[in-house]
Amino acid sequence: MKHASSPSDDTRLHALADGRAIPAGVGTEPLGTEAEARVRDWQLQRGQLRALHADLAHTPSPEPLRASAERLQTHLDAQAAWLRWGGMAAAWLLAFGLGWFMHGYNAATAGPSLAQAVPTGFVRQAAWAHAVYQPEQRHPVEVGAAQQDHLVQWLSKRLGRPLKVPVLSTQGFELVGGRLLPGDASARAQFMYQNAAGQRVTLYLGALPETAAKTPAQFSFHAEGPVSSFYWVDDGFGYALSGDLPREVLLALATAIYPQL
Amino acid sequence: MQRRQIEEHLPGLRRYARVLTGNAWEADDLVQDTLERACRKWLLWRVGSDLRAWLFTLMHNLYLNQRRTVAPVQWQDLETVADRLQAPGDARDTAIDLERCLQQLPAEQRAVLLLVTLEDMDYAEVARVLQVPVGTVMSRLSRARARLKELMDITPTPPRVPSEMPRVALHRLK
Repeated sequence: MKHASSPSDDTRLHALADGRAIPAGVGTEPLGTEAEARVRDWQLQRGQLRALHADLAHTPSPEPLRASAERLQTHLDAQAAWLRWGGMAAAWLLAFGLGWFMHGYNAATAGPSLAQAVPTGFVRQAAWAHAVYQPEQRHPVEVGAAQQDHLVQWLSKRLGRPLKVPVLSTQGFELVGGRLLPGDASARAQFMYQNAAGQRVTLYLGALPETAAKTPAQFSFHAEGPVSSFYWVDDGFGYALSGDLPREVLLALATAIYPQL
Repeated sequence: MQRRQIEEHLPGLRRYARVLTGNAWEADDLVQDTLERACRKWLLWRVGSDLRAWLFTLMHNLYLNQRRTVAPVQWQDLETVADRLQAPGDARDTAIDLERCLQQLPAEQRAVLLLVTLEDMDYAEVARVLQVPVGTVMSRLSRARARLKELMDITPTPPRVPSEMPRVALHRLK
C-alpha cells in the first residue's frame, strides 16, 4: 500500500477515526478525498472490530478465572489497607519525630548551609535554659560581663574549644555574662544579653553528637512556649539564640552573631 | 477500595484476549496467566494507579513471551478452506474474516489496533500499556490499519450458496 501522507497527517486521521481530540500542531486544512476515504475506512474497521465478541462483555467468566481474580483482589486490598494504615503511622511518626525538628523551619537568607534535621534536644534545652535563667534577677549568670576574659577562658576550657563572645552593641544588647550548663554528653555554655528595655536573649552553644554535627544547618526557627529560638550548626557546634522576642528581631540578632563566631 | 474491582475488568480482559489470540481457549489461558502473574507481582502495583492499564501491560508482555516460545497457532487450515467457506455474506461472515485477517498482522500491530479500537484507549494510554513511545504507537497503528484494510480487501467474497454446508467447515476450525 502506498501512503503519500506524512505521519502527522496520519495522526490527524487516526484522531478523526477514533473520535479523539486532534493534537495541536497537526494540520487543519480540509482533508483530500483520499484522506477522507481513509478515515471512513478506518471508522468502518473500528466499528467492525468493536463488534467482535461483544457478547463476552455480558458472559459470566469461568470459575477458575473468577477465583484468580478474587485472589488478586485480596492482595490488592491488603496492599491498599497496609498503605492506608502505614501512611497514617508514618504521618504520626513524622508529627512526633521530624515535626519537632522541622517545626517552623526557616530558610534564612544569610547564614550557614542547608539543614535537614535539627537535633531537638539541643534546641529545647536551649529554650528551657533560657526560660529558667532569663527571669533571674540576682543570679542570671555565673560569671558576669565584668570578668569577660575569665568567663571566656573558663567556658572555652570546659567546652573544649576556644570560644568568642559575640558583640551585639549595635543591636542594643550588652553582655550580661555566662554560665556553664550540663548537656547530653558534654558541657554547654550560655551567654546572656540584655537591652535597655530589660529584654534578654541567650546564646546557648555546645558540641553536638557526631551525627547531628555532620548535618550543616541553616538558621532554623523553633518555638517552645513563649520562647523562640534560632538554631544553627557550625563546625560541630550547635548554637541556639533564644528570647521572648519577635521572630524578625531574633533573626537579626542571630544573623549578627553568626559571622562573629 | 471497593471489592470486585478485578472482577469488573474480567470481561474486558477476556474479550481483548479472545480477539488478540483469535482462540477461545488460548484467550482464557492468557487471562488466567495474567491474573496469576498479577498475584505474584501485586507488590509492584501502586495503589491509586490505573489497574486496568497494569493488567493489560502484564497480559501484553505474557502474550509476547508466549508467542516467542510457543509455535504460532496454525491457521493454514482456515487459509486452505477459505475458498470453501460460503456462509451468507452477513455480519457474522465479516467478523470471521476480520478475525482471520487480524491474526495475520504482527502481534505488536494487532495489540495497538485492538487497544485503540476494542478497548477505546487513547494513544498515550496505549503507549503506557505497551511501554513504547507514542510515536511508535502511531506508526504501528497506521501500518495495522492499512494492512488490515488490504487483507480484508483481498479476502475473496465467497459466492452466496444455500446454507447447509458452511457451518460444518466452521466447526472444524476451532
